[in-house]
Amino acid sequence: MKLSDNIKNTLLGPLSKNNPVAVQVLGICSALAVTVELKPAIVMGLSVTIIVALANVVISLLRNTIPSNIRIIVQLVVVAALVTIVSEALKAFAYDISVQLSVYIGLIITNCILMGRLEAFAMGNKPGASLLDGIGNGVGYAIILVIVAFFRELFGAGTLFGFRVIPKWCYEHGYVNNGLMVMPAMAMILVACVIWAHRSIDKDLQEK
Amino acid sequence: MAENEQKKGFNKNSNVYIIIYTIVIVAIVALLLSITSGVLKERQDKNIELDKKKQILSSMPAINLVGADASALYDQTIQQYCLLNEDGTLGETIDFNYELKEGDLPIYVANIEGETKYIIPLNGAGLWGAIWGYIALNEDKNTVYGVYFSHAGETPGLGAKIADKKFQTQFEGKHVMNEGIFASIAVMKKGQTAEGQDQVDAISGGTITSKGVETMLKDCLSQYSNFFNQGVAPAEEPVEEAVVEEEETINEEETL
Repeated sequence: MKLSDNIKNTLLGPLSKNNPVAVQVLGICSALAVTVELKPAIVMGLSVTIIVALANVVISLLRNTIPSNIRIIVQLVVVAALVTIVSEALKAFAYDISVQLSVYIGLIITNCILMGRLEAFAMGNKPGASLLDGIGNGVGYAIILVIVAFFRELFGAGTLFGFRVIPKWCYEHGYVNNGLMVMPAMAMILVACVIWAHRSIDKDLQEK
Repeated sequence: MAENEQKKGFNKNSNVYIIIYTIVIVAIVALLLSITSGVLKERQDKNIELDKKKQILSSMPAINLVGADASALYDQTIQQYCLLNEDGTLGETIDFNYELKEGDLPIYVANIEGETKYIIPLNGAGLWGAIWGYIALNEDKNTVYGVYFSHAGETPGLGAKIADKKFQTQFEGKHVMNEGIFASIAVMKKGQTAEGQDQVDAISGGTITSKGVETMLKDCLSQYSNFFNQGVAPAEEPVEEAVVEEEETINEEETL
């Protein structure tokens, strides 16, 4: 019973109570970069989930052998290698998707959530738990990305997934797309709004 | 267990252990990466080749690539891939993967429902990186049959829209020549008009990428002006004058 509670916490904690973006405020840089439209946001979320999970497992397997002086470098090497392999594999087996992602895949290396999870969790836990932790955090990150991208694409371009949502007659009656939405600053404001809403729902998160 | 722990603790802090560890990790990673790259290279090259064929075919609106075998369709449609001679006539046929040298003017000759189309590859720069594309011309070597643009990393929702059909279909039916001389096609903000050349609407919010498309068209196509001249009455002398004139007007616009 206790074990399954642990599993639940590791997997589901990062979705809300311990969300990497909304609570720990990590990975903000990429939340600005890839949330202008929904599609790249979702693919980015998926890729990060896969890579965090794999990197967590690898580091967790190596955790007893890594010299503490160079642990960050070792983590970085593992992440960089995984990202390169995933990007090469995409080029070979799903070329269209890899073209669409272009720079975003490379950006994963710089995502603070990865280093954060490796350092905070994988270095001290078994591979199984690390896998769940990686999946949980990746999905937690993806959720925030999707929420932000939803509002940015809807109000910035009037579309969702590239399909027009706000009907033509709105524009004919003077509705204008909000140009601020496509600027990076708006992503920051939206993330702040998400954090605000999150904290007013979940009272535990409020600082006294 | 105790011995093991002690050994680990001792070893992990020593320089020798760290150096050996680093070397081993780096060697493993390097090996893994080179194996991955070696194993996947062939597939990747094939994908890149196929993608290029798809892009070339995408410049022709009559071709529907959805669900089609792009490679077979390419073989069927593209009759010839060759370099242009200096006087603008079609020169020697080259292989699909031929490495172009400086000054080479490659051109694809396609046949769609009995009509000849000429496809010219384009390369330029957008806001963040490279942009490229293909422009298909009708048999008159003047009227645009269709275009295809793509980009390495323009801003999604803004400059990246050059890859959208909505932007690209505007080019259909435009002319690269104006009164017998090469004029290219202008990409203008809504409401502005370009004099002496055909124009399309720029992408709002994507000004630099739009200008990049315009520059790319002008720079790449101007090298082919001898080829375009064959379509209409030859007019060698006015060509140079026209180019100069055009540059002047552009400078004026900038100073304004």
